[in-house]
Amino acid sequence: MLYREAGDFKTTYREDNQTFPIKFDRYRYYVVLAVAFLLIPFLINDYWVNAIFLPFLIYSIAAIGLNILVGYCGQVSLGSGGFMAVGAYAVYKLMTAFPDVSIMIHVFLAGAITAGVGVLFGLPSLRIKGFYLAVATLAAQFFLVWIFNRVPWFYNYSASGQINAPEREFFGVAVTGANADSWATYVFCLIILTFCGIVARNLTRGAMGRKWMAIRDMDIAAEIIGVNPLNAKLSAFAISSFFIGISGALFFSVYLGAVEVGEAFGINKSFLILFMIIIGGLGSIFGSFAGAAFLVLLPVLLKNLFVAGLGWQPDLATHLEFMIVGGLIILFLVVEPHGIAQIWRLAKEKLRLWPFPH
Amino acid sequence: MKFKLLAAAVSSIALASPVFADLVLPWMSYRTGPYAVAGIPLADGYADYLTMLNERDGGIGGVPVRLLECETGYNTEKGVECYESTKAEGSLVYHPLSTGITYQLIPKVTADGIALHSMGYGRTSAANGKIFSNIFNYPANYWTAASAGVNYLLNENSGSLEGKHIALLYHNSAYGKEPIRTLEGLSEKHGFELTLIPVDHPGQEQKSQWLQIRRERPDYVIMWGFGVMNQVAIQEAANIRFPMENFIGNWWAGAEHDVIPAGDVANGYKSLVMNDTGSEFSIYDDIQKYVVASGKAAGAGDNLGTVMYNRSLYMAFLTHMAILKAQELAGTSDISQAEMIKGMEALEITDAMMAEYGLANIGPAFSVSCENHGGPGLGAVSQWDASAGKWNLVSDYLVADMDLINPLIQADSLAFAQENNITERCN
Repeated sequence: MLYREAGDFKTTYREDNQTFPIKFDRYRYYVVLAVAFLLIPFLINDYWVNAIFLPFLIYSIAAIGLNILVGYCGQVSLGSGGFMAVGAYAVYKLMTAFPDVSIMIHVFLAGAITAGVGVLFGLPSLRIKGFYLAVATLAAQFFLVWIFNRVPWFYNYSASGQINAPEREFFGVAVTGANADSWATYVFCLIILTFCGIVARNLTRGAMGRKWMAIRDMDIAAEIIGVNPLNAKLSAFAISSFFIGISGALFFSVYLGAVEVGEAFGINKSFLILFMIIIGGLGSIFGSFAGAAFLVLLPVLLKNLFVAGLGWQPDLATHLEFMIVGGLIILFLVVEPHGIAQIWRLAKEKLRLWPFPH
Repeated sequence: MKFKLLAAAVSSIALASPVFADLVLPWMSYRTGPYAVAGIPLADGYADYLTMLNERDGGIGGVPVRLLECETGYNTEKGVECYESTKAEGSLVYHPLSTGITYQLIPKVTADGIALHSMGYGRTSAANGKIFSNIFNYPANYWTAASAGVNYLLNENSGSLEGKHIALLYHNSAYGKEPIRTLEGLSEKHGFELTLIPVDHPGQEQKSQWLQIRRERPDYVIMWGFGVMNQVAIQEAANIRFPMENFIGNWWAGAEHDVIPAGDVANGYKSLVMNDTGSEFSIYDDIQKYVVASGKAAGAGDNLGTVMYNRSLYMAFLTHMAILKAQELAGTSDISQAEMIKGMEALEITDAMMAEYGLANIGPAFSVSCENHGGPGLGAVSQWDASAGKWNLVSDYLVADMDLINPLIQADSLAFAQENNITERCN
């Protein structure tokens, strides 16, 4: 009843092409933003921020980044963990070299550095495709982790090869380091995620996104209609790596505070982010959020349910958690191969007709 | 969907935090993952000791002890979740049981005013109590372990390692890299050649590393390994017929589960220890009586007497003693987090105390002070007897080369202080 186009007249092209063409969706979007920015920061405590919101926000940025590359441009990548490591080490070097510069600038610079590295490792995509490209990006994953473990300059010659985030401020409020307030870290990541989400959404529905999708659907046809594959593929690698680099920078500086490259940015991380976008929905910005939420929140929820709620042994809960999450992933892929985003899309189609479906 | 999740999680957290007067001791376990083989006996030992305290003495000083076990799987992200979910319950002291998680928690516990005890792991320079106010790593750490190992070899070679060749086979992580600086310093001092051979996590593939060892023929191999890496290394050493008595693991690479898979060929393998092994301690009578017999043993109850189980009992014993000290200083049994830190700082372990609590001679006697959070740093060497299936101490507790280690601790802790604007305490 509420959810339909009828009666909502568009008088300009601009209105006709907006992200949320349905009035209800538009308001819902503003309500979500208002709750996220104005309500949640006043309600949350350390546990909510550090165990739930920060990982969700940060993985969402990474998932958006990978979704641009895999979901929109069709270039399979297994190098996300390595690119996150580039973001983390870049922000570490910048933070320690220029302590007086705002952390926000460092995070975006780290993204830019990662974009450069991403382009470099994206070059093989001009010659190879599909699984072969996946293997080439796998090489990036291993090479990057190896080099950060191997070259002491990257970790400022510390004894153990760990990097630690010192305290840095954004407009006078500490957002990294142990003394940062939890609401501040939450708002900081939320601002960056909102920015990334809006940029990604608008890029993917503009000329650039159409080029990416043309390359994804059939690269030879795309070339014939005038899409330059060099530009399209490399820009996808650059922008995807930019987002993944930002998420790596936040993952290290705001969320964990200390990182060991092999453990935090190993091949598991690449798979985790890939699973997020596959479960969430390839080629959908909403899917990136949904996938991140599914894989970050579900284990925490199950743990709280089993251990705190039912009082089971923590190891039993962990084993069950592996089984349940794994089983749900298979179930999802069987029942809805296009991910959570497709379920959302179908729900919206049904809602438009509800309550008179014929 | 988000709101439903929020509601569900809120209610589960609300359910989980009842308020009693009790002493909350969190334990970050890893009963899953590649290091579970060590994580299970460690978790069982701590849990059994606390169960014994509750059953036998009604807790510590009359206040019951509550164990909060949280599964990390040795993963730092889960470590964050565990820390955040347990800290609000009044946790007295954290045992992260992972060097990576320790590094991450050091600034957090300092900001939150909670003690952290990394016994024989973690950040070595935390021994400098002037900088690291809440972190304790007594009675020994990686740098003293490396030095004790080299001192043992010095004794074996009548005081000189000139011209000898030692290889360090290490887990390529913060944990494995810790001893490198000390060994480099010692190699300069004693004139032995040091080769560094990294093994990547989790360490199941070591063919190329042992090929290198076979080619370079070092006189000794020192190993900083953990979990599955140790078993593989010992098997590979046997495959290239490397003499086992010249192969020394650190104290996380010397438990039954590390040597048993290789069978008889592991005979003679050595390992550093910071506490004695075996099940001859009289505390085992009480554990049998109050814990095992009543079916309250943690896990499968099959780890009693193993090296890791003993080390965990030792950890629990040191925590027990620190709580007693804190209760004595505070004048109350229900101590706060800040009082716990004071208790740990004033901790003194004597031979009489170890005997009284059924752990006679399990470790050296030592004391902690405001400046020194690292204890004496003594390490001994034990050797595996495959036919008897037990570890035997083959050396006394060896004093580490503190002249070399103290400046390293000073330098590393000052670098941390500078990065984080910490001023020295205890002056």
